Amino acid sequence: MRTLSATQYVMFAAALLLGFGWSQPSHTASQKLILTGASTIAPLAGELARRFESFHPGTRVDVQTGGSARGINDARKGTADIGMVSRALKPEEKDLHAYTIALDGVGIILHASNRIDSLSKPQVIGIYTGQIVNWKAIGGRDATITVVNKAEGRSTLELFLNYLKLKNSDIKPHAIIGDNSQGIKTVAGNPNAIGYVSIGTAEYEIRHGTPIKLLPLDGIAASVGNVRNGIFPLSRPLNLVTRGVSKGLARDFIEFARSEYVHDLVEAQYFIPVSAD
Amino acid sequence: MPETSVKSAHACRDRLAELVVYFVAFLVCAAFVWITGDLVRGGMAHLSWDFFVDSPRNAGRAGGIGSILVSTALILLVALMVALPLGWTVAALLAEYMPASGSFGYTVRHSLQVLAGVPSIIFGLFGNAFFSIYLGMGFSILSGGLTLACMLLPILVSTAEAGLHAVPDAYRQSAAALGMSRTATLVHLLLPVAAPALAAGLLLGIGRAMAETAALLFTSGYVDRMPGSLLDSGRTLAIHIFDLSMNVPGGDAPAHASALVLIIVLLLINMVAMRLTTGWQHRKITS
Amino acid sequence: MIWWKHNISFRSAQIDTLTIWLLRGGAGIAAALVLLILLFLAVESWPALRHISPERFLTDPSWNPGEGMYNLAPMVSGTLYAAGGALLLATPLGIISALFIAYYASPRSGVIYQRLVELLAGIPSVVYGFWGLITLVPLINQLHPPGASLLAGILILALMILPTIALTAHAALLAVPGEYLRGAAALGLSRWGMIRGVALPTAKTGIVAGIMLAAGRAIGETMAVLMVAGNVVQHATSLFDPVRTLTANIALEMAYAMNDHRAALFVSGLTLMLLVITLSGVAEWLVRNRHA
Repeated sequence: MRTLSATQYVMFAAALLLGFGWSQPSHTASQKLILTGASTIAPLAGELARRFESFHPGTRVDVQTGGSARGINDARKGTADIGMVSRALKPEEKDLHAYTIALDGVGIILHASNRIDSLSKPQVIGIYTGQIVNWKAIGGRDATITVVNKAEGRSTLELFLNYLKLKNSDIKPHAIIGDNSQGIKTVAGNPNAIGYVSIGTAEYEIRHGTPIKLLPLDGIAASVGNVRNGIFPLSRPLNLVTRGVSKGLARDFIEFARSEYVHDLVEAQYFIPVSAD
Repeated sequence: MPETSVKSAHACRDRLAELVVYFVAFLVCAAFVWITGDLVRGGMAHLSWDFFVDSPRNAGRAGGIGSILVSTALILLVALMVALPLGWTVAALLAEYMPASGSFGYTVRHSLQVLAGVPSIIFGLFGNAFFSIYLGMGFSILSGGLTLACMLLPILVSTAEAGLHAVPDAYRQSAAALGMSRTATLVHLLLPVAAPALAAGLLLGIGRAMAETAALLFTSGYVDRMPGSLLDSGRTLAIHIFDLSMNVPGGDAPAHASALVLIIVLLLINMVAMRLTTGWQHRKITS
Repeated sequence: MIWWKHNISFRSAQIDTLTIWLLRGGAGIAAALVLLILLFLAVESWPALRHISPERFLTDPSWNPGEGMYNLAPMVSGTLYAAGGALLLATPLGIISALFIAYYASPRSGVIYQRLVELLAGIPSVVYGFWGLITLVPLINQLHPPGASLLAGILILALMILPTIALTAHAALLAVPGEYLRGAAALGLSRWGMIRGVALPTAKTGIVAGIMLAAGRAIGETMAVLMVAGNVVQHATSLFDPVRTLTANIALEMAYAMNDHRAALFVSGLTLMLLVITLSGVAEWLVRNRHA
């Protein structure tokens, strides 16, 4: 076996550099968009991206998750063109502009085989703070409850804590998950688990046969309809945020995301589309 | 009589030791069969020609791993293009030019040893801080490939150095007798002779790189579409398996199949590398 | 070499000096890499170290970066428990496997078994984690929920480092001089007596070096533990408690950590790296000094 001669190596290196040079143009802002942020919005953003690319050939939209806090941070620093944030902006985040593309809620999920059909707020607090440890204490089967909590930085966690008026250090979890889908997979794989995820994501999975079920909160069913009506207690806007007013390709994408062209995509993910204003 | 009782005690202990040893060997074999059996059973049905060619759809539940294989190949290419020249250069230096006790050689060897032990997640942190952020490459194949190159360096150096050491001195002495400069000896004589060892090291490096996940999580990203350039984000097979198994409900079947593909590829690589190594050792003994 | 058209012997002496400088440059880059890594880790950790005093990393109430608490101790204990447990399990099994290949197996089955162990060594950590997730964790869950636990982490880690220990121990055993073994046989020692009295003590250095290597690997392992150990930040009080290791912590939170949180993760990365460097230094010192 002969090793490469010098000329061959130089040719190889030149080819690599050419490839590198060829790759440069596609990084210019007019053709590539980077979105980072909430894992709730990521699947929808992916679908929006695909349709956007088919309408605008030559563009490329990349979607990465990392949590709403990351979306805010990346948009601020310019690491991403658009941040995905699955909650309303806080007062200290007013330097960013938020564009709502859909509405969603946060619901509690149990395994489909769990006998329990509803939980009151004190019961949920008891389970999550470790005071209620067995399902039979609240009328279910005799098994230890596996509490699934979200990792820090996720807005789903913040909303849930706000609703229960708890701090993250009060919660006694048995498993920590990152993305929504990971939470669903954990609960679907464990008959005694309890977790909380975005309603849209949960509905999507239920329709595709995953063995979980959504519980009502405060007696109000966790359905898309109730979020749309505004009576569900834990609903939230899904926002795309930019630093300053959006312009260029980012603005095109955001307008596209709020237009009627994509209402079917939003509803296919079991979110509620909003009309652009 | 005391002798026979001691002897029978020893015989008893021997029997016991033998049983334990055979049992442990059986245990390890059983574990291996269990793992591979699970993977084959779960993944065999999902494999098909389409699986290798299509891009993933629906977060990977449907479609195949075509774009992922392309990303993996590109990341490997970048890593090897950087690590091979550097690694073989260092190996040539250590094997041919450095006295065994010199301080420069010692420093280089020592730092490579440290590098070999650094956990892969630390390489991920470093790659993220240096390549993705400081050098501005973001989440890209280039960034991931360069990080991998750092990880592969120790393996390439150690295997190449061993290969060069194995070339008998007679070769070097005859070359000197012919009046060849040391560079010429290295380039035209030693490297070709050590080529099987270098190739084996290359394959081992490829195997290590393909198995790598933690270093790529924050450098080459998660995007599962066909990459358009080296600056696009792309995921490797290992990351795809990770994502499917942790994050995608209903993603177990394609995860099984992807894991099967990965293991089979690694198996082939290992077998070829082993062939080359034994061939090279054979040659060393007989020459 | 006769088929080369031009003179290949590069008679010019300048080529040689050029080559040496090229090679030195390359080696310099390789050596500098370690320093570069340490430098960047230090630079990125600096913001946290600036206003979080070092003892807070061990004495804060918990690890809750959202509330400004940065206690690394539960994760350090998680790493040590998982790695320690794995070593306890894998060391005897690995050494015994090496004994099997070297002394007990017939030549053919020895080779087959060795190939098997080498294959086990080649399985990626992601695949081990995946298998653990779909087979081991549900199994443990039936024993004692929640399944994803310290025990799962220990078992998977043990599986992963067993080949390392076995293969290095085997190499060390092969290096035992033949005369020692023949001398033992001549003295009438039984097979186990020979192993225990002669082979193992002679190969001790190599075996210990292999164990240190495996320890470094166990401490640095990320993916497999991330997938099966549950990732809850707590000191484990039983084998069935979920734990989070330092490595899994970095992998889990790096994606969305910012500012102080991110710097704190780099601090934990720096700690890890220093730990591994110390370990490999000790191993090397052992190998060098035992020859006295």
